Amino acid sequence: MAPVMDSDLVRQSAATLAAAMQAGEVTSVQVTEACLARIDTVDDKVHAFLHIDREAALATAADIDRRRAAGADLGPLAGVPLALKDVFTMRGVPTTCGSRILEGWLPPYDSTVVERLRKADVVILGKTNMDEFAMGSSTEHSAYGPTRNPWDLDRIPGGSGGGSSASLAAFEAPLAMGTDTGGSIRQPAAVTGTVGVKPTYGGVSRYGLVALASSLDQAGPCARTVLDAALLHQAIAGHDPRDSTSIDAPVPDVVAAARAGDVRGMRIGLVRELGGEGYQQGVRQRFDEAVSVLTDLGAEVVEVSCPHFEYALGAYYLILPAEASSNLARFDGMRYGLRAGDHEDASVEEVMSRTREAGFGAEVKRRIMLGTYSLSSGYYDAYYGQAQKVRTLIARDFTAAFEQVDVLISPTTPTTAFKLGEKLDDPLAMYLNDIATIPVNLAGNCAMSVPVGLSPDDGLPVGLQIMAPALGDDRLYRVGSALESALVDRWGHILSEEVPSL
Amino acid sequence: MSGSQTISRIPFEQALDAFEPVLGLETHVELGTASKMFCGCPTEFGGAPNTQVCPVCLGLPGSLPVVNAMAVESTIRMGLALHCDIASWCRFARKNYFYPDMPKDYQISQYDEPLCFDGYLDVVVATDDGPREFRVEIERVHMEEDTGKLTHTGGDTGRIHGADYSLVDYNRAGIPLIEIVTKPIVGAGALAPMVARAYVTELRDLMRSLGVSDVRMDQGSLRCDVNVSLAPAGEPWGTRSETKNVNSLRSVERAVRFEIERQAAVLSGGERVVQETRHFHEDTGETTPGRSKEHAEDYRYFPEPDLVPVAPSEAWIEELRATLPEVPSARRARLRDEWGISDLEMQTLVNAEALELVAATINAGVDQGAARKWWTGEFTRIANEQGVALEDLAVTPAHIARVEALIADGSLTDKLARSVFEGVLAGEGDVDEVISARGLVVVGDDSTLMAAIEQALADQPDVAEKIRGGKVQAAGAIVGAVMKATKGQADAAKVRTLLLAHLGVEE
Repeated sequence: MAPVMDSDLVRQSAATLAAAMQAGEVTSVQVTEACLARIDTVDDKVHAFLHIDREAALATAADIDRRRAAGADLGPLAGVPLALKDVFTMRGVPTTCGSRILEGWLPPYDSTVVERLRKADVVILGKTNMDEFAMGSSTEHSAYGPTRNPWDLDRIPGGSGGGSSASLAAFEAPLAMGTDTGGSIRQPAAVTGTVGVKPTYGGVSRYGLVALASSLDQAGPCARTVLDAALLHQAIAGHDPRDSTSIDAPVPDVVAAARAGDVRGMRIGLVRELGGEGYQQGVRQRFDEAVSVLTDLGAEVVEVSCPHFEYALGAYYLILPAEASSNLARFDGMRYGLRAGDHEDASVEEVMSRTREAGFGAEVKRRIMLGTYSLSSGYYDAYYGQAQKVRTLIARDFTAAFEQVDVLISPTTPTTAFKLGEKLDDPLAMYLNDIATIPVNLAGNCAMSVPVGLSPDDGLPVGLQIMAPALGDDRLYRVGSALESALVDRWGHILSEEVPSL
Repeated sequence: MSGSQTISRIPFEQALDAFEPVLGLETHVELGTASKMFCGCPTEFGGAPNTQVCPVCLGLPGSLPVVNAMAVESTIRMGLALHCDIASWCRFARKNYFYPDMPKDYQISQYDEPLCFDGYLDVVVATDDGPREFRVEIERVHMEEDTGKLTHTGGDTGRIHGADYSLVDYNRAGIPLIEIVTKPIVGAGALAPMVARAYVTELRDLMRSLGVSDVRMDQGSLRCDVNVSLAPAGEPWGTRSETKNVNSLRSVERAVRFEIERQAAVLSGGERVVQETRHFHEDTGETTPGRSKEHAEDYRYFPEPDLVPVAPSEAWIEELRATLPEVPSARRARLRDEWGISDLEMQTLVNAEALELVAATINAGVDQGAARKWWTGEFTRIANEQGVALEDLAVTPAHIARVEALIADGSLTDKLARSVFEGVLAGEGDVDEVISARGLVVVGDDSTLMAAIEQALADQPDVAEKIRGGKVQAAGAIVGAVMKATKGQADAAKVRTLLLAHLGVEE
């Protein structure tokens, strides 16, 4: 592990850093300081972070070092820094969800994810930027300004978890947490050349995750390598009695699967409906090459049809706004966060209304209105009710597909990172970014995005999506890891190494 | 605080001549679980404001509900006792509306998939022709969470509009509630107010006997929404009013009666009844308009995505069914037979809220006749005078047992016993302490009584003559004089016997 001290600490993987700390070659304080210094250097340009929890991070790191020195039995990620999406509550640390309406709110409790990260002795550096309440695919909908893609600062880092993915690509943190409601982990991973996993719905507790759409939201790991994602996945996953929708079953052994990384004899399905027209030429090219790699590695690749996927986007934009309109009702200025227009004569209704007018951005208002409409009496059956039926059909498509193949694959996104501002005034174009990622959220199974190279037409990262059945998360890691190591063999390094210096 | 303008109405009997009332009752009851519906916070009443709260019942961002299994069990038991079908699979729903007593601005409730449905409850009302049984059909029993409690300060309405400021206590937010909804109650006619009251009373007793709630109406743990509409006999049902949060048995009866009289006046005047919520005022017995429901609020119900469906197994339901306690109606029938009393006598006990007290008094060893007499007579009168519930009087079944024992052995008379209870109720101590403090002793020895009798006969020679002449009924005057002379501490029957023997007159 000698090269660690010689090379830049911040460029190392979490697994490498953990091993180096375990071997006594480096301390958590040193690693944490390196990340904080990197943030100080580059975050003015990237704006991945909304809040940096410097003192607490260093104190945690020092405590871990002390305990390690005292011979304590620490977990596999002990001492490794992490960037936390600003949608997870953390006691006493600002949690804004990228919204003005939560400005100044200090949660009095830890989310289960944060609790598990603390238990795993992970060092939380701070909170990362996101589209307001996770509504968006570019972080341009953050009330605190957009995050920029480290590959090209004029381009979006994806969204809603653009802060987390950019923090990885900018080497500000080796690990990050995201949440994925329609692609908010996978799409940012794809466009920043990093790895992102949406676990099986119920695999990671949603307790303390500020809800966008309860039936779709899922927290998951973000990293620069598949193994790092697996290590983080293992640390945060598992049953939580505080989340009724959490699955009470053993967590698939994702770390073992990532270490195995073997696709020999696996059947892999290419989803006919996710590709072709509408997909950027360079994206298709890198995707097709990755398919060849998988075939070379011994997998059998066949084409599979999921005929109802074409209705996924429509169903999603009825279900998500409906749930969001209700989940976001509580932001009314009565108990916490922003309160606007509370002058002498104002009625409760007026204060609530003015607070929401002042506190929510345009995209949030758009979706609240959509959702309110689709749940309204007389429209419910035609909109929300129909959308739920589509959801069932999509789940059946997956079930049928997984009777033929072990995993499904597709490009993660139709295009590489687009320019800031390019789609801001065209919500539909923005929504189409998630066309390939949404079906998995609707069905509740799991998926991963892994980098498969740079698009020849614009030199920007391309992601490949792997989809597995519910509780088949380990399959994602087997396939993702096999693909990653074959590509790393070809390139001589992971894709992130090619990020231009900032 | 009712409006100053007089609400016109027409007399009840007249209203019933012209119209047929239709009732609907929606009753909310706080379950007696130790923790809240969706979190572990305690449910005790009366804690300092906002001390029994956590991220979940405050609806803080990120928090999630988890269903209280005990609340589900209580609801199923209630449903079974109401002869309901129990859903094998049902979901919670969100009822969305903005109000500051709602931490999430939606209430977790059940909508079109209630846990229990299609049941009934038989109630008995007293009529001039004897007790009459009514079957009240139950539409549904479902679970939901209570809201916080708002206190409006300033202004003169006690409501949010016009208040200077309002305080919210979220201790109540998330307390488990069950809502029991009846199907329309038709055909009760003039008995409608009594049927409504009997139904709520029966519901309360049922919940107490099941142990699912102690139903403290004074603490607001049972609240009733009373829906009333009128229609000319044989015509389609009219527009209903919804009188909210009626919280005593007597008020339920009064609210129904008032609404019948008010709506009859509206309809007789050729106007139409407005569909609206109304508030009942304990002080005046009137209802006044609340918010209009002409444009029904759209609650945008949808299945609660944070919770998994409730799916009680057949085996569990059967286990709960098998362990249901005796329902109040069956218990009343059993006690009626054990005590050898009539339906009417039993109904009198129920109406006086005296059944449990009488049963406890009989268990304490008192004869059923004496137990009933004390509770429905003397004590009911005192409770009414003091305006308190019978069960809140300081007198206990043990007190009555002691007094009755002393009467039986001749140490007390009925009259003295009243004095004893007067002392007990005044807090002067237990039965024996009051007797000794007040010097309440029966004048029992014959020579003292004979002296008093002779004195009375001497004082009223004409009466003495009548008695000797065979007018036995005249003896009362002499007995009365003796009782007066002994300050009531003699046994009147004994005085009479001694008197007649002394005069040599046969009864």
